[in-house]
Amino acid sequence: MLASLAFYLFAGITLLSAVMVITARNPVHSVLFLILAFFNAAGLFVLLGAEFVAMILVIVYVGAVAVLFLFVVMMLDMSFADLRKGAMKYVPVGILAGGILLAELIVVFGAWAMKDGAEPVQPIPADITNTEALGRVLYTEYILAFQVSGLILLVAMIGAIVLTHRRRPGVQRQKVADQQARTTHESMEVQKVTPGTGV
Amino acid sequence: MSLSFADLMPILPELFLACAGMVLLVLGALRGNSATPFIGKAVLISFVIAFLILLGVDWGGTSLLNDMLVMDQFAGFLKLLVLLGLMVSVALSFQYLDQIICQRFEYPILILFSGIGMMLMLSANDLLSLYVGLELQSLSLYVLASIRREHLRSAEAGMKYFILGAISSGMLLFGSSILYGFTGATNFEAIADALASDLTPGALIGMVFVLAGLAFKISAVPFHMWTPDVYEGAPTSVTAFFALVPKLAALGLIARLVFIALPAAQDQVMQILWLLAAASMTLGAFAGLAQENIKRLLAYSSIGNMGYAMIGIIAGSQDGVGAMIFYMAIYMIMTAGTFGIVLCMRRNGQAAERIEDLAGLSSNSPYLAYGLAILMFSMSGIPPLAGFFGKLVIFQAAVQAELYVLAVLGVLTSVVAAYYYLRLIKTMFFDDPADAFENEISFSRRAVMMISVLFILLFILKPSMLVDISVNAAGALFAG
Repeated sequence: MLASLAFYLFAGITLLSAVMVITARNPVHSVLFLILAFFNAAGLFVLLGAEFVAMILVIVYVGAVAVLFLFVVMMLDMSFADLRKGAMKYVPVGILAGGILLAELIVVFGAWAMKDGAEPVQPIPADITNTEALGRVLYTEYILAFQVSGLILLVAMIGAIVLTHRRRPGVQRQKVADQQARTTHESMEVQKVTPGTGV
Repeated sequence: MSLSFADLMPILPELFLACAGMVLLVLGALRGNSATPFIGKAVLISFVIAFLILLGVDWGGTSLLNDMLVMDQFAGFLKLLVLLGLMVSVALSFQYLDQIICQRFEYPILILFSGIGMMLMLSANDLLSLYVGLELQSLSLYVLASIRREHLRSAEAGMKYFILGAISSGMLLFGSSILYGFTGATNFEAIADALASDLTPGALIGMVFVLAGLAFKISAVPFHMWTPDVYEGAPTSVTAFFALVPKLAALGLIARLVFIALPAAQDQVMQILWLLAAASMTLGAFAGLAQENIKRLLAYSSIGNMGYAMIGIIAGSQDGVGAMIFYMAIYMIMTAGTFGIVLCMRRNGQAAERIEDLAGLSSNSPYLAYGLAILMFSMSGIPPLAGFFGKLVIFQAAVQAELYVLAVLGVLTSVVAAYYYLRLIKTMFFDDPADAFENEISFSRRAVMMISVLFILLFILKPSMLVDISVNAAGALFAG
């Protein structure tokens, strides 16, 4: 009872905020509704017993992707009202494409069948958490894919640095090592001041 | 599942390269761009060491890491070729990077990482390892294409390559997910088993998407649009790298996918490849005629050559795949020499890339002119040069498999393509001389050109050896 109440709550808010994402006038509001949709989808995953995916959704999509969207939307100086102006004339095409996709979905759903001998997805045993279950295959069966993904991310990082990092001349940087290496001997000078002449 | 070091032995070259890459990366980060020449040489030496390790590794068809990878004769020999191509690419880049004032230590390191990706692709025996290998390779290539970021053409090339490459990866993943959905497996052999019992139309759709994604990587028509722009815009040493190695790895991957994972769908696959090959040969020959820029010309030439190489796969026999490997090996060696000479085309500190810039090369620097002439004769398939044997073996395989239309089309298009190869020779020898090129050529580039030209000239002395090795290597795909 409580679980189904929670399900309808999360699912309802997800749908509503998804609608708000595309209807909100202010793009910042759109992104905020998107974040709300992500949070509620994460709630749905928790109800399914997939805490790990739920947490990843919050950390990666809310924490990184959506915040990045927000930055981009806030920083880009573009008029979204202008972008929307011509949008109405694409409605027929949009409805057509959407209609075809819907029809295809109905066909697929109607003809959908499990293959003979195929086993449905097994729930994970109750004595291990699903994070642990993932870890067990990730670091054994899929170790290669995992490690090579690490290399791919390394290459992505190198690429980002190669393509964007530039050394600008004339920037004053703090050099901690140089500061530490200073001695009183080289930074102070004792002047003998004779009275009446100044330094 | 427990993992011991002995289980990892078959991928020792890749592991070594990955470690070397990370050590050199740290070194480069500490020492800055002034360390580029040193890191370049270190990467070159790493490739040589990996080559030697690879020779000592067991090529007996062991599969490892939960059947993700397999190390057989086919993967072994192609990896040797890939490593050779990588060495040549690094060797060709030394002087060029200096000339274009683009001494970035990441350059050789990115080549190294893309090399790891290609070697993984050649061993891939699972859709997952296929994808990660391919992505490691492609991502490095995107960055390399735009490494001269202050240069508009280079940035444009990188951007184009990245966006189209991302789309093709998307198609590949989409197809993989459909294949997985209909067969319930990502492992190549398991997919083959599932398809053998039940070849569903859904799985065929998935297969079409996977092949389309891979066709992009070898720039087969109609997925070739990026090639001329990327070849022209990228720094020439990067273009040389693009022309030399990645396509070899992608073709090897296609061959393994077709013969290990999709033998049940052989008829349908071959239809697709047939169209790709015929279109690539035709477009490569005719579009090349109108080119004025030598890098664009070589791009169309490579599109056409991919068409010829694909005939070997379509033949569907051990001899056919052997012919494909042999053709690609010869093509790689010819391209290495050609790009060595294209890299020498510099005047007043600027790259001269138009074909008419070659005018009178025979009087200004006769060695280069004769070298390029030999390479072009070989590319157009004139006996007794190596390029002739490449085409001969391919067409032989086509005729054996009764692919008469493809064989005739191949001969006709290579006659058309001969026009633009021979036009370069005509420009060099018979046109009014233009100004001389800067004639300072580094040792490594000179060595690459010498070896390439000598190989092509002397190949006639023992042509059967490389053919036998290639056919032998291809046997691994037809053992089961």
